[in-house]
Amino acid sequence: MSTTESEMAGNGPMIDVKNAAKRYGTVEVLRGINLQVRKGEIVAVIGPSGSGKSTFLRAINNLDPLSSGEVWLEDVQVNKPLTSYQYERHINRVRQDIGMVFQHFNLFPHLSVRQNITLAPRMLKRLSKQEADGLAEQQLRRVGLIDRIDFMPSQLSGGQKQRVAIARALAMQPKVMLFDEATSALDPELVEEVNFVMRQLAESHMTMIIVTHEMGFAQDVCDRVLFMDGGMVVEEGSPDVIFRNPSQERTRSFLRKHLKGRN
Amino acid sequence: MGLDFGVVPGYLGALSVGAGWTVVITVLAGAFSIVAGVLFAVGGLYGHPLIRYPVKAFVWLFRGTPLLLQLFLIYFGLVEIGIDLNAFVAGVIGLGLHFAAYNADIIQAGIVAVDRGQTEAGRTLGLSRYQTVSRIVVPQAVRDVVPALGNNMIALLKDSALVSVIGVAELTLSAQLAISKTFRPFEFYFAAAVFYYVINLCLEAALSRIERRMEAAR
Ligand SMILES: Nc1ncnc2c1ncn2[C@@H]1O[C@H](COP(=O)(O)OP(=O)(O)OP(=O)(O)O)[C@@H](O)[C@H]1O
Ligand SMILES: [Mg+2]
Repeated sequence: MSTTESEMAGNGPMIDVKNAAKRYGTVEVLRGINLQVRKGEIVAVIGPSGSGKSTFLRAINNLDPLSSGEVWLEDVQVNKPLTSYQYERHINRVRQDIGMVFQHFNLFPHLSVRQNITLAPRMLKRLSKQEADGLAEQQLRRVGLIDRIDFMPSQLSGGQKQRVAIARALAMQPKVMLFDEATSALDPELVEEVNFVMRQLAESHMTMIIVTHEMGFAQDVCDRVLFMDGGMVVEEGSPDVIFRNPSQERTRSFLRKHLKGRN
Repeated sequence: MGLDFGVVPGYLGALSVGAGWTVVITVLAGAFSIVAGVLFAVGGLYGHPLIRYPVKAFVWLFRGTPLLLQLFLIYFGLVEIGIDLNAFVAGVIGLGLHFAAYNADIIQAGIVAVDRGQTEAGRTLGLSRYQTVSRIVVPQAVRDVVPALGNNMIALLKDSALVSVIGVAELTLSAQLAISKTFRPFEFYFAAAVFYYVINLCLEAALSRIERRMEAAR
């Protein structure tokens, strides 16, 4: 990397999505989305079911490749046009810097909590067993589950599973964390323990993009809110503006349905 | 002339040695069939077309033709192209490949049934396609199909009797040798059946232990 490039990396956005579009056949799921996320910024993505939130989030680490447009992580283009062999190596490298947490946790059921967390660091960062165990312990303390280190995923509650999934992602020491409805699959009484961990992460200045149906959480934790509908960003702004004084009728009607009983 | 089981005890030693070889053949061919089954399954699903189609053709061929013929082909046929295997090796390879074809089908179904989210989680962490398949998908797939693989191992044990025809001195051939000396077919085939039954019981006990351990890791 040249000096100018590394200087630019310091000043430029952590994530820069340019004109992201995605089609499934003739169906346009994303229609030209732009988003810049600064280092340490926390962005919420809200919107009705089917509006393209997951597709957009999954385009950022190329789980769902875009039809056109660009995704940049600092000075690296995530969806760089390369031959498939070169791209496989490129994306595996890039994904190490992008943590992702799924609605259904996706813990590896055949591995213990410890092995879930240490598998990728050991294979990809060539950590020794001791180093990897240290890392697992550190991340499990962070999510309050150090006493579960030798449990199997099947022995954990949903909230605990999601906290382990967060610890697993953090163990790769990513630059960004993506959350796709991390609490939607949980029983209501287990939501708060996951939100607590995400709040802590926010306080540690992790850069995060959070797709959520929880308006209260978005309002409390996030610096900026994107409202998506029909594959477009209809409106974006600070939580105060989006939740209290949105300018678009579509945003207002969505929020009327989702803020019932709040504020 | 009635039945006379009194002739059997004199040959128990020979039958036991035969039974021992049956166990050895079953274990070796079984292990081979599972390893090869995993490779065929993975090659057939993810391999480059130059690997995928030959693997599929091979699996189809080995499932669609008689095991006996395959054993003849490997033991007698390969000699013509300079591959002269001894009967034991030919038997293990023949049984192993035959059951690998069946195992491959079962394991493929297991792989396809593993939740997509598992692959996504692995790839998201930065694991390569190969690392994800070998460390995350295949172990879960194999774990999920252990009961079906176990049934194949029991079938393999019973079909191992076929290698007697290429001259492997296992249990069935030991019984035949005893018969050729005593002219007591019923007694010795019956005794061999009892041996097979006992080996089968042990195999089933081992399989259910493995199944229980796999179940605990869910
Ligand atoms: N593999 C696919 N093939 C075809 N259409 C798809 C596919 N995946 C998603 N879609 C469509 O893309 C649109 C956006 O889906 P997406 O999952 O991104 O929405 P979402 O905003 O995350 O919704 P939800 O809130 O329900 O999770 C939907 O209309 C969906 O039907
Ligand atoms: Mg979604």
